[in-house]
Amino acid sequence: MPVLAEPALENPYWEAARNEKLLVQRCGSCGTWQWGPEWLCHRCLSFQMQWAEVSPRGRIYSWERVWHPVHPALKGNTPYIAVLVELPDAGGVRMIGNLLGDPKQTVLVGGAVEAVFEHHETAAQHFTLVHWHLIDDRPK
Amino acid sequence: MNGSAFRGRTAIVGVGQSAFYKHGGSPDSEFRLTLDAVLAACTDAGLDPRKIDGFTSFNFDRNDPSRMAAALGLPELRYANMFWGGGGGGAAAVANAAAAILAGFATCVVVYRGLAQGQHGRYGDGLSIGAYGRDAAYVAPYGLMTPAQWYAMRVTRFMHDHNIQPDALRAISRASYHHAQLNPHALMYGRPLTDDKYDQSRWIVEPFRLYDCCMENDCAGAVIVVAAEEAPHYRQAPAYILGAAQGSEYRNQARIHNAPNYGSASFTTVAPRLFAQAGVKPSEVDVAQSYENFTGGVLMSLIEHGFCSPEEANEFFIIENLTAPSGQLPLNTSGGNLAEAYIHGMGQIMEAVRQVQGRSTAQVPDVEISFVSSGPMVSPCSNMLLGGATTL
Repeated sequence: MPVLAEPALENPYWEAARNEKLLVQRCGSCGTWQWGPEWLCHRCLSFQMQWAEVSPRGRIYSWERVWHPVHPALKGNTPYIAVLVELPDAGGVRMIGNLLGDPKQTVLVGGAVEAVFEHHETAAQHFTLVHWHLIDDRPK
Repeated sequence: MNGSAFRGRTAIVGVGQSAFYKHGGSPDSEFRLTLDAVLAACTDAGLDPRKIDGFTSFNFDRNDPSRMAAALGLPELRYANMFWGGGGGGAAAVANAAAAILAGFATCVVVYRGLAQGQHGRYGDGLSIGAYGRDAAYVAPYGLMTPAQWYAMRVTRFMHDHNIQPDALRAISRASYHHAQLNPHALMYGRPLTDDKYDQSRWIVEPFRLYDCCMENDCAGAVIVVAAEEAPHYRQAPAYILGAAQGSEYRNQARIHNAPNYGSASFTTVAPRLFAQAGVKPSEVDVAQSYENFTGGVLMSLIEHGFCSPEEANEFFIIENLTAPSGQLPLNTSGGNLAEAYIHGMGQIMEAVRQVQGRSTAQVPDVEISFVSSGPMVSPCSNMLLGGATTL
């Protein structure tokens, strides 16, 4: 389990991900969407932040392909692609994840993606990472 | 040239550096390297070290100012100031020294930064992730553990938005390496970089190749700041501080890469404040030192400072434009963080001073206005304009 800096603030996101739901913050006072987790709304300064389930679909806002393994755990596991995904249904907030599939694939800003929940279960813990894969969202 | 009440009232009168080593190469401790730099700056200025009465630094520099004051036998420590953040703090640390002098807190303030990364850890080493704060749970599991990995996507988005080609990054890297060939102290002295060598180099994280990324070293640098009226009493020509600014734009570090203006070096508001304070236009700048953590950060920094528009970038960022003595904007003329030494941006500040004084190894003729920026893509970042006596 990644160590959370402020579990009381952050736990709802991680609990929802375990159940394959994507939550971000939404202000209970003014309705502003917000991510990452913060104690108050950056727009109206209300502390009445709530959690809202959002559509697990978004668009690639930016991306990178990592080649150099900076950590021993990454040796032999590069390249890999990280994407910054914008969620249009949640006020355009963005999330970091990995883009699944061929690590040498061509990646385009604007590409449509859908969340993939990757569960990590051991005797001691259970947490879920949220990755992304490309989908075809062109009108049929 | 109008500018503010801050303009030209303080000056840098000495610069000093330790020997430069690749990380792990220093036989001396970090504190010893920092002492070397401080004393070298005093020698450069012709200053009795016992006249120092203040210190500023940045990025949680480990070299404690009270130990420094005791080690140097200072009669009194009157000012000790640490600036938040990372490499964005270099120019700000100088500005804070200047502000202390103008406020009357101190009279002779040394700005220093010493880092022996072989002894205390590297930023590019993912093992150091524990130090990197509250967003780690949301980025590290996806393989974003180091600055190159955190900032690459800002650059990619900016280049995408403005159709800027990778050749611009190559030109920035080559400018640093070109100037390092003229600087015998540079760690990459004698190791020129060609287009081919750059193109053949390995990816670290796209869009950054090996030569787009700064070195990591064991070294230290220091500069001495005094009031303008005191400055002519020292050995070197003063580099007057014409302006300095720090900070970042609206929600620049909104958590987990949610900055509204994501493709940014963080200077969009800090840059206009600098030029307004100094009463200087970008077109009046003669030479630029711009912190390279990664070349893409320099690209965005110089554009945000108005040296060219995003639409002009593919034509502006060519090696001929960026090299001394006759380029349109000679850039990182000592070799910078890529090819001189990684002193967390103190190298850029020292070189900005030397250009005003006419003693760079890649001197630009008749420098009046010398620009330096610290720490692109981070917050707070900072910048500074220096000028010779003719600019006052």
